[in-house]
Amino acid sequence: MSAGQSIGREVGQSRLHALLVNGALFALALVSLAPLLWMLSVSFMPTGEAARFPPPLLPSELSGENYRALFGRTGMGRNFLNSLLVAGAITIGSLLVNTLAGYAFAKLRFRGRDRLFQLLLAALVVPAQVAMLPLFLLMKQLGLVNSYAGVVLPALASVFGIFLVRQYARSIPDELLEAARIDGAGEWRIFFSIVLPMLKPVLVTLAIFSFMAAWNDFMWPLIVLTDQEHYTLPVALATLSREHIMDVELMMAGAVVTVLPVLLLFLLLQRYYIQGLLLGSVKG
Amino acid sequence: MSARLAGWLFVGPALLVLGLFFALPVLSALALSLTDFDLYALADMRNLRFVALDNYLELLRTPLFWKALWNTTYFVVVGVPLSVAVSLGAALLLNAPAARLRGLFRTALFAPVVTTLVAVAVIWRYLFHTSYGLVNWALGHLGIDPVDWLGDPRWAMPTIILFAVWKNFGYNMVIFLAGLQAIPRDLYEAARIDGASRWQQFLHITLPQLGPVLLVVGVITVSGYFQLFAEPYVMTRGDPLQSTVSVLYFMFEEGFKWWNLGRASAVAFLLFVVILAATTLMLRLGRRRGMV
Repeated sequence: MSAGQSIGREVGQSRLHALLVNGALFALALVSLAPLLWMLSVSFMPTGEAARFPPPLLPSELSGENYRALFGRTGMGRNFLNSLLVAGAITIGSLLVNTLAGYAFAKLRFRGRDRLFQLLLAALVVPAQVAMLPLFLLMKQLGLVNSYAGVVLPALASVFGIFLVRQYARSIPDELLEAARIDGAGEWRIFFSIVLPMLKPVLVTLAIFSFMAAWNDFMWPLIVLTDQEHYTLPVALATLSREHIMDVELMMAGAVVTVLPVLLLFLLLQRYYIQGLLLGSVKG
Repeated sequence: MSARLAGWLFVGPALLVLGLFFALPVLSALALSLTDFDLYALADMRNLRFVALDNYLELLRTPLFWKALWNTTYFVVVGVPLSVAVSLGAALLLNAPAARLRGLFRTALFAPVVTTLVAVAVIWRYLFHTSYGLVNWALGHLGIDPVDWLGDPRWAMPTIILFAVWKNFGYNMVIFLAGLQAIPRDLYEAARIDGASRWQQFLHITLPQLGPVLLVVGVITVSGYFQLFAEPYVMTRGDPLQSTVSVLYFMFEEGFKWWNLGRASAVAFLLFVVILAATTLMLRLGRRRGMV
């Protein structure tokens, strides 16, 4: 076998290899996206079209009736606003609370700091659902069952958020803070005018995580919100799907409205999201 | 204001929230699980009685609890290895030198992770519908008769597992990808000179190098999968024949449908113990094998 033949075969093999790798990736991408594309397509079909056989892939005509029915008849517009309000309040509130704590754990010296932080990390082993039953009774005592506050308050601090900020804040040079203190700046001023600007990237990451977690959260809102007026989108959608078993097109419009905001947010700020994911899991 | 005082002031709000809405409820759950808290106690606290370990003992005699524990274990034991394998496979493909359009593929494969679980569960319910679902229609072309995916007790849990793999594999994929990129290139270089095949390189370089990441991913995924709830709530309501009742679904029904909050708290604690035991065992085994 000449050298030329051998190289030729290797090139052929590596071409086949490249074809296999990219073909497999394409297949995986198709499987990942197909359900979402199907959802979008069906949401524009006239009522009853998706329940035909064979199932159509594209709408025969673009119909907006499902979205009109969704926001009109089923009142999902209200649930959309609820979700926006709850997720927005959680994002803003938890951003402040977690950043303050994360920075303090990283840079301020106080008694019992490290032991306290270890205690918080240890608490991560306890599944959130263990707390939910007494939390419901507590909310009942506080008169917060079936209120937005009942969803927002418990989500205002998270160990993950504190951890994320702490990891990032450790890179702030101590000399910078000391210099500010010598110049007579108070701790609040240092936090707002020196620390916060330096933490900007991790704040974006934390904001996306908080918003998405709050938007997608299901079990606790399902427990603490008891009437449709107050439901967030996932709770409303789950309830609707238990009633409208056959109305596929309407349900898909509901799914689109629920999924689209978080999907768009992810597409826009993907870099920050992935960074946060890695910071929170591997390097931890 | 001294830095020391500032420290406590700054962690104060977080501690207040976590203490009041997490630590206190968790401790109360332990106390609650030792009482017969039910609808009568909810109306009037004087009806509350201390029952010691009765809730736990009674649960161990309740067939549906065992069924829920079995279903959840099935979901974990089949679902976790499958999820991790698909994640690793996808990461290897994305990391292959021959891969094109990596950014685009990574985004596409990750997309299901950020979607709202309830919404995509609804989509899957229709895709796997017996008579007009796309899945049965596609299988029909291969000559396979329609399967009653979510209505057949043998198929309901496997369908939910498939759904969970689809929804979650992107998350671990990104973590594996970072792990793969941290493996020194010259290890592969040396192996190739020694004539090692791709499969041998994977077995003797990639897997051992990924050891710690694999262990962490495994532990996180196991603990997450034990907390199965929304999938059966939306897709099957625990049916058919209670084949998809998970431990948390059982807890939810006990607690918020029948208002047996004492019993439900005991369920929550038993699940906690199971998760703790499983993950501790994994970490022990991993350590013994020198993965960490």
